[in-house]
Amino acid sequence: MNVLCFVEPGDDLSAQAIGFARSLGDVRGVTLEGAYQPSAWAKALAAQETDAIVAAGSDRGNELLAHVSAILDVPFAANVTAIDGDVVTRQRWGGSLVEEARLHGSPQLLTVAPHTQPAAELGEVETLTAEDDGSPKVLERVEESSGGVSLRDAKVVVSGGRGVGSAEAFSIIEELASLLGGAVGCSRVVTSAGWRPHTDQVGQTGTKISADLYVACGISGATQHIAGAKGAKRMLAINTDPEAPIFAVADYAVIGDLHEVVPAISAELKRVRG
Amino acid sequence: MRILVAVKRVPITGGKMVLTGDAQALETKHLGFTISPHEECAVEEAVRIGEAEGGEVVVLTLGPPEAEEQIRDCMAIGADRGILLETQGEEWDAQATAAAIVEAIRAEEPFDLLLFGNESADAGGYQVGIRVAHALGLPVVNGLKKIELRDGGVRCERDVGGARDVYEAPLPALLTVLEGLNLPRYPSVPGKLRAKQKPLDRKAVSPPAAQLEKIRLVVPEGQGEQAEILGEGAGAAPRVVELLQELGVA
Amino acid sequence: MNPLSTERGSAAREPKGASGVRVVVIGGGIVGNSLSGWLTELGWTDVVQLDKGPFPNPGGSTGHASNFIFPVDHSKEMTQLTLESMRQYREAGTLHECGGIEVARTEERMEELRRRMASAKSWGVEDCRLVTPAEIKELVPFVDESILLGGFYTPSVAVVDSLRFGTVMRERAQEKGAQILANTEVEGIDVEDGRVCRVRTTRGEFDADIVVIACGVWSPRIAQMAGASIPLTPAVHQMIDVGPVPRFLDSKTAVDYPIVRDMDTNMYERQDGQGLEVGSYAHRPILHEPDEIPSIEESALTPTELPFTQEDFELQLEHALELVPEVLGDESVGIKYAINGLLSLTPDGLPLLGETPEVKGLWSAAAVWVKEGPGVGKSVAEWMVHGEPEIDLQSSDIARFYPEQRTPQHVKGRAAEGFNKTYGIVHPGEQWESNRGVRVSPFYEREKALDAVFFEAAAWERPHWYESNAPLVGEYGIGPREHEWDARWWSPIINAEHLAMRERAAMFDLTAFCVFDVVGPGALDCVQTVAARQMNVPNGRVIYTPVLAPGGGFKSDLTIMRMADDRFRVVTGGAHGMADMKWFADHCEPDAHIEDHTSAHCTVGLWGPRARDILSSITSDDVSNEGFPFATWKVVDVDGMDVLASRISYVGDLGWELYVPFEQGAKLWDAVWEAGRPHGVVPAGIGVYGTTGRLEKAYRAFGFELDQDYDVVEADMAWWKVKSEDFVGKEAHLAAREREPAAVCSTLSLTGNKRFPLGREPIVREDGSPLVDAKGRRSYVTSAGAGPSLGKYLLMTYLPPGDHGQLCVQYMEELYPVTVEVLGSRPPFDPDNERIRS
Repeated sequence: MNVLCFVEPGDDLSAQAIGFARSLGDVRGVTLEGAYQPSAWAKALAAQETDAIVAAGSDRGNELLAHVSAILDVPFAANVTAIDGDVVTRQRWGGSLVEEARLHGSPQLLTVAPHTQPAAELGEVETLTAEDDGSPKVLERVEESSGGVSLRDAKVVVSGGRGVGSAEAFSIIEELASLLGGAVGCSRVVTSAGWRPHTDQVGQTGTKISADLYVACGISGATQHIAGAKGAKRMLAINTDPEAPIFAVADYAVIGDLHEVVPAISAELKRVRG
Repeated sequence: MRILVAVKRVPITGGKMVLTGDAQALETKHLGFTISPHEECAVEEAVRIGEAEGGEVVVLTLGPPEAEEQIRDCMAIGADRGILLETQGEEWDAQATAAAIVEAIRAEEPFDLLLFGNESADAGGYQVGIRVAHALGLPVVNGLKKIELRDGGVRCERDVGGARDVYEAPLPALLTVLEGLNLPRYPSVPGKLRAKQKPLDRKAVSPPAAQLEKIRLVVPEGQGEQAEILGEGAGAAPRVVELLQELGVA
Repeated sequence: MNPLSTERGSAAREPKGASGVRVVVIGGGIVGNSLSGWLTELGWTDVVQLDKGPFPNPGGSTGHASNFIFPVDHSKEMTQLTLESMRQYREAGTLHECGGIEVARTEERMEELRRRMASAKSWGVEDCRLVTPAEIKELVPFVDESILLGGFYTPSVAVVDSLRFGTVMRERAQEKGAQILANTEVEGIDVEDGRVCRVRTTRGEFDADIVVIACGVWSPRIAQMAGASIPLTPAVHQMIDVGPVPRFLDSKTAVDYPIVRDMDTNMYERQDGQGLEVGSYAHRPILHEPDEIPSIEESALTPTELPFTQEDFELQLEHALELVPEVLGDESVGIKYAINGLLSLTPDGLPLLGETPEVKGLWSAAAVWVKEGPGVGKSVAEWMVHGEPEIDLQSSDIARFYPEQRTPQHVKGRAAEGFNKTYGIVHPGEQWESNRGVRVSPFYEREKALDAVFFEAAAWERPHWYESNAPLVGEYGIGPREHEWDARWWSPIINAEHLAMRERAAMFDLTAFCVFDVVGPGALDCVQTVAARQMNVPNGRVIYTPVLAPGGGFKSDLTIMRMADDRFRVVTGGAHGMADMKWFADHCEPDAHIEDHTSAHCTVGLWGPRARDILSSITSDDVSNEGFPFATWKVVDVDGMDVLASRISYVGDLGWELYVPFEQGAKLWDAVWEAGRPHGVVPAGIGVYGTTGRLEKAYRAFGFELDQDYDVVEADMAWWKVKSEDFVGKEAHLAAREREPAAVCSTLSLTGNKRFPLGREPIVREDGSPLVDAKGRRSYVTSAGAGPSLGKYLLMTYLPPGDHGQLCVQYMEELYPVTVEVLGSRPPFDPDNERIRS
């Protein structure tokens, strides 16, 4: 079957999506250029003759296919991990639950759940043109002025949860993150309490990270949090409760009070570095 | 200014997902309910705009009769009116949900601003707001963390990994938002008491055939492997630093 | 009383403790932690404590407790446990005194607060005082005092850190060798030969000599694993937390302002840092099943913090808003946390402590609140290690329930009814409404026909008085009681029935007695060990005897008939019968056993000067004083029935208890009734039997005058010779006989009064100062009631020796002068007992 796959050059998730798309049939990789205009771009995609349209389960991928689905009035399955005929397996609850569902309609529209497929070469990518339909588009891009490492791209994220106890107590988290050249993260409880800004939140409704190492301090491991943290390659959890759900997903564990453990790690790092 | 906010009743889950015997839904007998986190911010934003600009904030949901609880919660923080598209408790796919919402919105006086969550916490379909916008012929901007009304239109911003994309749209418009747009307030006691008195319209709806037809839900297997314990308390620090070095992050 | 076999054990068992007793404590809440700490403190160091959750908060009720403590309760036992708990919390540095006010919106509540003043004085809680609305405003400036009539202020009310305290106790236990296991779930409890022997868990098996279930709301489920029952039900207590409260932003402590209990709306408001916590006992009772509580993983918060049900709290919000409008009316103050918290409710509102009657070695320490936890931990540990706790736990003894009181229907019915009484105004005579009519005697239909007013005792329906006797009130000129409270659950008919008994005769339904036989070659040994008095008496004798606790206080008092060489029949009050039966059973092994006859026999009591005339008219057997002397029993023939007649009396008149098999009860009743009519017999209720009759005779009652706090000499009941045989409490009893009593149980009278104290009020000097004996115990009214034949209102109390000047009873914040009628046990009425022995 013919599969159209929307990709963004240089995007890891697109590389994962196209690999998945190739398992479905003959893939035509396409992209668009110019100011991002979701509705107009989606019209360009919808105009293509194809049996399926696949994109990455990224902000843009999900958004574009949602527009396509609205234009064509066909169903759309977001964050798919497998497909067999018209039966898709897709993530819900940020991946804490999966659904098997029959995807009716044609073309089949689906996005590929991030980090569930290996990356593949993009191969030849055709550039489509979109016609400005007057719908909202990106007018300008404002770079964030914060000097720190962005949470999404940081190689190390040191995160604090309810166990940190207060906004002030985050200083020990900040110190360790800074020593490791990483970013500070937190759980939803922390942002709701107003201890940290929402931009620091790791989770289903916060930032989904892709660090080499995630250090979770005083975080119990609610499903909403894990949904944002599981993109990390390795996870170290520090918690007083040896049975906290976080240890079921962590690779390494330190049992203990983060208020003692975290400063000790910082001190040891400084000592080793002389 | 007339603002519509669409919300969805979802369970507050714990550390473990448990399914009903028929694998069609989460077992919710021990769970409380709320609305999706993105929508909490949508409601807060609507109320703030309503407070600043004057006008009416209408909360709309499609859900079981019990979803009145979520509408009242929204009213407690300042929404003025509620519309409950009442189901029998079955789950609707995104297409059907959008269609029912469109029909309900058409039956109302026009809205200047329609706020949706970017995606629901439970189904995560990423499409209801967009579908509604297309059906109503409204401009739509997604995934917003900042909304500013200016010159009869709206200027809004969306996070794109370390930067922000700026969009503008004329009103009326449909916007989908993300958690972090604002810090939602907690309901006050007077707010709770007022909420009981606010008008709520109920309309029974029945689902068309699902196009994304759920077969069953599955709880994914955990990793199964327990974490390697590096130590207890502050004494574990040297071992942790060794590990950081092994991983090449120290 | 340590019945443990020392041979027990297995390869897996490595006893560490000097005691050689391995105790497994299941539960890591306030109770389990306190218990582990105290067991090891008392030398039982081979303790394994486990919980299925993590420490310090494994997810039970302790974790979400509001953690405040109001010490004053109308129950002496509960107040003592609370005061002991506060002492421990303070010592561990986990108590913050903030004061507390119980406020009244109604005059009826003000009366209740005056009663609380009395209880405070009786149980020795210092510094309590009634405060005006203006004073309340000064103490708690954010209340609207205009809706209040006054308050009961207790400066010592405190907030405690129950999780921290638990950690301190657990660590103490650990230091002494206890093994503490978190995240360890119990999968089974093994019982062999009726004795607990092993706990099976997700982390292996633990051999055990004693297993304690301190699992709060899960206790019934765990007990069931061993085949025992713990009659409690999980129930919801709703709680919300609002904030930030502008007034609290500068608070120096977590609680700067006294806690307010809004008694009339069943709610409380307490500061918690920058927030205000509002809790309620006013909503509909919401009961859960122990098996239905979610697991730790399934719970959004913890298993006992269930989703808040808004609709149940709406009226409460309005009530709270009325009292603290400054805080809750503030639009900037948000509801940040709201839960349906689970706690444990029991059929009678009291804890469930002690060894279960079903399984040897299986103990319950359940249905305990944070305010009692440390005291319960200490007391239960003492009970295990020493055989007796320092604080008398008779009201909390889990052995107190009859099978009929353990049914889910009963537990839930009473828990639901009791829930809204948490802050209620509960009259001492108040009757339950739910699950009534569970046990009725064979005379029930006759009694209903006589318009009996039924009170409940041990699940039995018993006539308290008979409306059909109303004409006697005029006949004897009995006046009404002016105050509704004094007259509630009372009738002048009681006094009239009493006078008719003294003049003619009265018949009573005493079927609620608990009756059991101790049988077997070891029967004499058993009763000799349990009973203080000489039991090796000829067959046919009836002995009234104290039953002593090891420390010499009262465990019970009851009568024992010697039926045969190897059979003794124990007759004891219904209320305490099951605990008594367990106590005898505990001393039965190996060659005696218990036969429960409670439901096999029914009992008619017949007393009064005409009793012999009546009985002799229906039997040809000799019932003369010579042929049937006092304190004997025999079987007499009445219309072909073998009637066991026992010649004793608790009302001070000539007569008998008449026992027949249940199925002959109606026939016996009719025979006595018909024979009695020419003699003017009246039916009389427990109002006479339990109060007026016995008070005129200065007969003490268990649970009132008699408890573990006072010895036989102080009760002035040591008129019998101490036997040479050993018995429980003998050593302590002999010592008591050697010393001057620190107080003596005495009878006071109140005359010309318009108010009628109902019991537990303090006895004070003319200046209102309390009477405190050499052991620190305060004088309070142990029993109160009319003495119709004396024309006086009688109060019993323990008085320290010496001249105290004019004594008064403090009732509803007034002092009423009293007269010492008799010092000691000499009966005010018929002091030489001529009537009984005639």
